[in-house]
Amino acid sequence: MPGSRTYRTEAVVLRQSAIGEADRILTLYTPGVGKVRVVAKGARRQKSRLRGQLEPLTRASVSLSAGRSLDVVVEAQTVDAFRSVTEDLERLTRALYVAELTDGFTVERSANEPVYRLLVETLGWLSITDRAALLTRRFEVLLLDHTGFSPELYRCVECRSELEPGGHLFSCSRGGIVCPLCRAGSEALIPLSLNAMKVVRLLRRRRRFEDIASIHVSDRLIGEIERLLRNYVRYVVERGLRTTRFMDLVCSSSPGTRRAS
Amino acid sequence: MTTDGVRGLAGPVSRLVEQFHRLPGIGPKTAQRLTYYLVRMPEDQARELADALISVKERIVLCSQCFNITESDPCSICADPSRDRTRICVVEEALDVLSLEKTGAYAGLYHVLHGAISPMDGIGPDELRIQPLLGRVRDGVSEVILATNPNLEGETTSMYVHRLLAPLGVSITRPARGLPVGGDLEYADQVTLGRAIEGRQPF
Repeated sequence: MPGSRTYRTEAVVLRQSAIGEADRILTLYTPGVGKVRVVAKGARRQKSRLRGQLEPLTRASVSLSAGRSLDVVVEAQTVDAFRSVTEDLERLTRALYVAELTDGFTVERSANEPVYRLLVETLGWLSITDRAALLTRRFEVLLLDHTGFSPELYRCVECRSELEPGGHLFSCSRGGIVCPLCRAGSEALIPLSLNAMKVVRLLRRRRRFEDIASIHVSDRLIGEIERLLRNYVRYVVERGLRTTRFMDLVCSSSPGTRRAS
Repeated sequence: MTTDGVRGLAGPVSRLVEQFHRLPGIGPKTAQRLTYYLVRMPEDQARELADALISVKERIVLCSQCFNITESDPCSICADPSRDRTRICVVEEALDVLSLEKTGAYAGLYHVLHGAISPMDGIGPDELRIQPLLGRVRDGVSEVILATNPNLEGETTSMYVHRLLAPLGVSITRPARGLPVGGDLEYADQVTLGRAIEGRQPF
């Protein structure tokens, strides 16, 4: 841990970039330290022991040595390379989106163990589930929840009155549903059907993916939730996400997942 | 003498140091070392170097077929009648063509994509030379070898190109994955070792 010179932790590699002649800068997500940027010296050399251990989306056990600006990777060993994820275009694309969201929603050196567990669990499920679209929506909902951005879906965000059943309007800037009485003068609102709202509530309440995977949710409904969450996520991270363009391209021929309904 | 740029250096020297420093893999010390080497170099050699630099920019074009870097279009490989025209090896960069040519193990044609898909950096298929490849493959090609780098971006690119090529009914292969010569089993990463075992061959 910080304080000692070298510490050992498990981590998921969120992204990497080349720097200098043969080094790499990695963004890791760890359970105990949160997001941390580290340098893997010589990792691009053919004979480096770190080569192949620290590809993006790898879950690894790493030894880090506290450096002046960035910590340095001393040793790394793959725990899970999530091969069934990285060898399938659609799953890989979703996993990259999951990594980009994790990066976008977290700040460096602020531990958030539930986020780490969610990340590892999502990559694990992504390897085996045929309901990848639903899993992605669950990740978005729970990530928002764990980072304090969970939308209000039970009461009007303005007047706090309980919502009546029916179609609703969602406000990204106010982080929840606006009731019909409070909607005047609001900025662009996103319509949200009752069923879509129920699914989002369910994704947040039932924490285990096993409990959700068996529930029938149509492609159309998943698409509606995806549009809502993408708008909200963009508002929260204050920028568009880079992976979404490719994800839309790759996943558009099979909306949601291959067998989403 | 001016001290613009780097303190204590003559203007032209400082300018050259800065130019070298912009190149990949060249740090400030190496940039200074190269510059001082050039300062002492005979003038005719320096002119040769400058001439080589300019002609790279002025005379080099991309081959209109494979997009390799070349002086003549089509490039020497595409123009060579002895090459096997039914095979295309897809690579990320022109340097990869050079590496594969050095092996002497491949006699087909190439296709240089000029990059790899990197969704996290916002680099998509439109930034690469993928569409012209589809046109070439339709023109009597029987095998496409996807030789992108064995990293996440390379794999993403290969899987995407594979998806586009699959409906064309062409045989799609990729180089084997395995242990490097002179390597150490103990230090091989999980994925490489796993694939090496899966792809084992009769001894």
